[in-house]
Amino acid sequence: MKPPPRSHPLWFAFVLHRLSGLALALFLPAHFWLLSQAITAPARLDGFLAFAENPLVKIAEFGLVFLLAVHMFGGLRLMALEFLPWSDRQKTLAAAAVGVALFLSGTFFLRAI
Amino acid sequence: MLDLRLYMAQRLSALVMAPLVLGHIAVMIYAIQGGLSTAEILGRTQGSLLWFLFYGTFVVAVSIHAAIGLRVIAHEWLRLRGAALWMLTWGICAALLALGFSAVFAVTLP
Amino acid sequence: MSTDHDMLDVTVQRGSADHVHHDRFQVPARDNQTVLDVVTWIQQMADPSLSYRYACRVGMCGSCAMMVNGVPRWTCRTHVKKVTVNGKLSLAPLRNLPVIKDLAADMDPFFDKWVAAEARHHPTRGRLEEFDPIKPDARDRVEANLGIECINCGICYAACDTVAGNPDYLGPAALQRAWTLLNDSRDGDRPGILSAVSGKGGCHNCHSMGSCAQYCPNGLNPMRAIAGLKRETVKAALRGKRDA
Repeated sequence: MKPPPRSHPLWFAFVLHRLSGLALALFLPAHFWLLSQAITAPARLDGFLAFAENPLVKIAEFGLVFLLAVHMFGGLRLMALEFLPWSDRQKTLAAAAVGVALFLSGTFFLRAI
Repeated sequence: MLDLRLYMAQRLSALVMAPLVLGHIAVMIYAIQGGLSTAEILGRTQGSLLWFLFYGTFVVAVSIHAAIGLRVIAHEWLRLRGAALWMLTWGICAALLALGFSAVFAVTLP
Repeated sequence: MSTDHDMLDVTVQRGSADHVHHDRFQVPARDNQTVLDVVTWIQQMADPSLSYRYACRVGMCGSCAMMVNGVPRWTCRTHVKKVTVNGKLSLAPLRNLPVIKDLAADMDPFFDKWVAAEARHHPTRGRLEEFDPIKPDARDRVEANLGIECINCGICYAACDTVAGNPDYLGPAALQRAWTLLNDSRDGDRPGILSAVSGKGGCHNCHSMGSCAQYCPNGLNPMRAIAGLKRETVKAALRGKRDA
């Protein structure tokens, strides 16, 4: 796919940060609601947890863990950019955030399957 | 649209969440092996003040953080502004707080 | 229209806000040719009604910037060979600004925000007083020096997606100038600048996507300057709370 005009590594980091944040925010209500059923409707929660054994759901969970990790490490990079002395290695740091996030979510995935 | 106060709330909630997210990911990696069950989750969290404080803080911080983040997106991508934007911000914050605490109470109350 | 190897296929955005259309021109390709040369050829040889803006032609005045194949560039110092895609060139007025006509963007909002950011000198001494000595290696002067070569071309403003989404946002150029003044020992209104860049269109809207630094033709880094403003406004707010 042809990259859009005006795209460059830190712009992609911005898009990744925004889309991961958006996805996590939309996922949260479902996450909260399901956990709130633990006492009142444990069968419903257990039913979902059994459904989560489905390999496709495992891949979706891997995606969620990746989004969470990459949003956190990407966010830490932004706060370091804003509050620590300037570093010219922003592209490297952004790539490192993606790398660490992939490592953590990969570890999660290997433990999950 | 984002003034100094919203900006500081956004960064402060992020700073609070950084260790909590790491802890959450660690728990997920630890707990996911062999599948999850309601009994297993409750066995870990029920009656624990520590887990209540951990997830209670997490819910407060994420409600603020997500509300401000979605506010920015709603303004930049949907052109929402003024009173509607404020209502959206506070609405999201309140809804996440309510849902989040109902989850935290469900898994940590003895 | 077929494209000869020795011809450039140039698409130019014409008209103003309510009447935008696109004209195509076949322009002779040369070994050494800037995008501004191409625009000038069109205006002189093909269509004298084409409006565009330039003055110095050597990258100093900051008036000839436009969108070249979707990217903001100073056209007088942009070689055609480096930016054409398959012999094609697409030209449009600077993004994020109203269009006066054809390739001439209305720079008023850009400069209005310059003023709104208090990005103007606030003098501390009169003409009868001594000069204020400036040490070139002082820390604040070194920081200010990083941003003072701005030529107000508006390329960072056109590159910035935050400006595109949030019309109140003051933008990289104005905020960077505010930052150079904040680091200038001769400037007398530090609190005024900090408050001007803390409003609803202020520095805190920046998402550090760095398109300003990526496309600045002078290699400046407004993203770094804006990060500095964020830091100083937060410091001032925390200090204010402590003193109160």
